[in-house]
Amino acid sequence: CPQVVWSMLGNRQFCSYKMTTKTQNFCRNEYNLTGLCNRSSCPLANSQYATVREEKGRCYLYMKTIERAAFPRRLWERVLLSKNYEKALEEIDENLIYWPRFIRHKCKQRFTKITQYLIRIRKLTLKRQRKLVPLRRKIERRENRREEKALIAAQLDNAIEKELLERLKQDTYGDIYNFPIHAFDKALQQQDAESESESEAEREEDDDDEDVNKREFVEAEDSELSDFEDMDKLETSSEEEQEEEEEVEQKAKISKSKGKTPLKGPARRKRPHIEIEYEEETEPSTKTKAA
Amino acid sequence: AGDGSGPVPGDATGPSAPQRVLFPPTFSVSEIKNKQRRHFMFLRWKQQQRKEKLALKKKRKKEREALGDKAPPKAVPKTIENQRVYDETTVDPNDEEVAFDEATDEFAPYFNRQTVPKILITTSDRPHGRTVRFCEQLATVIPNSHVYYRRGLALKRIIPQCIARDFTDLIVINEDRKIPNGLVLSHLPDGPTAHFRMSSVRLRKEIKCKGKEPTEHVPEVILNNFTTRLGHSIGRMLAALFPHDPQFIGRQVATFHNQRDYIFFRFHRYIFKSEKKVGIQELGPRFTLKLRSLQKGTFDSKFGEYEWIHKRREMDTSRRKFHL
Repeated sequence: CPQVVWSMLGNRQFCSYKMTTKTQNFCRNEYNLTGLCNRSSCPLANSQYATVREEKGRCYLYMKTIERAAFPRRLWERVLLSKNYEKALEEIDENLIYWPRFIRHKCKQRFTKITQYLIRIRKLTLKRQRKLVPLRRKIERRENRREEKALIAAQLDNAIEKELLERLKQDTYGDIYNFPIHAFDKALQQQDAESESESEAEREEDDDDEDVNKREFVEAEDSELSDFEDMDKLETSSEEEQEEEEEVEQKAKISKSKGKTPLKGPARRKRPHIEIEYEEETEPSTKTKAA
Repeated sequence: AGDGSGPVPGDATGPSAPQRVLFPPTFSVSEIKNKQRRHFMFLRWKQQQRKEKLALKKKRKKEREALGDKAPPKAVPKTIENQRVYDETTVDPNDEEVAFDEATDEFAPYFNRQTVPKILITTSDRPHGRTVRFCEQLATVIPNSHVYYRRGLALKRIIPQCIARDFTDLIVINEDRKIPNGLVLSHLPDGPTAHFRMSSVRLRKEIKCKGKEPTEHVPEVILNNFTTRLGHSIGRMLAALFPHDPQFIGRQVATFHNQRDYIFFRFHRYIFKSEKKVGIQELGPRFTLKLRSLQKGTFDSKFGEYEWIHKRREMDTSRRKFHL
């Protein structure tokens, strides 16, 4: 009878448990011992069959014999295997004594594999596990859009600039930057008109602290980059010069008012330099010249 | 034939002069069955509306000019920031309770200059190239910070070790699909833990017009717009990453700007061109954070006591309500 079953299912006609792939046939039957679709591994085509299956971490040995072929409900006999690996193997041997070698061997192999993966599961659950949080597309999109709008509303550059200027006004920088206030400077302007020319050379050297005269040049330029590069190079050297500069600058205070018009006096003296510096291409040459 | 299809029958001058269109009062453009004609009528109706609107504007402008000085002030347009629902936990700068809280919370030692921040930056397991590079750049931006690889260590075990080695803050950058997308910031000696969602991460090479690398100078810190109590505590947390005394020679500034619950981080170098004008140049990475949860105590997702969690159903109901 099993031969008939096999000739129907296995070879020619349809078996709903059979899955074919390019190289192999698999059997999806849950009682299958090896998982392949073979004459010797088909639980339907063998009247005497055994498997090992695990449920909730415990392994059971399932057996099927011809005597019970008429009673589907009692067909599969279940035996709990002990947790001890060697003992369980012995139990399998005991129960499958006088059974074909193939089934015994495959049962033991399957049992080994099952215990191994159970051990692995137990080990992994002790480690930290990645919690997968599903992304919600609508929410993600909404948040991205809101972020963009918030970015536009934030006007970051303006905000930062405003904050920095506020800090400058509130004197958090102390004496590093000397941007003198209007009235004070206009008074000193005439006095220090002469001392300016002397300290010109010194002032041109220091790039770190804003030299008041130099500021005019800088405003005319478009690129800050060249400025920054030089600032970085000369930063360290300028530290020493800072004290000198402060004194110098205190003497020569020119009002940093809105336009350049009130500064025509000292500016004129600087004109040759101004002209050169307005041309950005020759700018490096002037820096080297100053230094 | 019919009512209002094609050139309107009430119009004496024909279709070429849509200005004098008179629609019968019960007429509606959508009632025309023919698509082409319907479309045509709709366009005409739209033109009319636009003309009316323009006329109204002109009239209003004339009135305004006519009034001259007595004209009412121009209406301020409504923005989301204007219309923001008033949050009762907004911090008043003179609030004593807040000041007292701040004097006694976990950041007090930092703000009293008793501790110097020392930061450990790490990632989740097996970081990819982008995350690694981002960590490195972040380490250059934040002074006194160290990057260590995770290698499968549990955070709960790292934390006691960090405390033993005098670290004040722990930053864990979480990665998903090869890009960093989350940030866990934990203040170490028993401080609060904030979990952020990180987005739009730009590395230095992706920023246009960037300057040179950030130097070793201690940058200044700008915290903008942290108004509520929650925002205040987050702001303090972020400020506690940086050492207290910025080196103004370095002219670098790190900005955390909060806008509508998104915290934008930027790192700039500034230069004062005059007393009214400052130029800034962006260097360093940039990213935006959105707070997801704030937990008292160090990182403990199961048993920690959460001070604030973002609950979507309750908190995202109003477009004008923000929590930071």
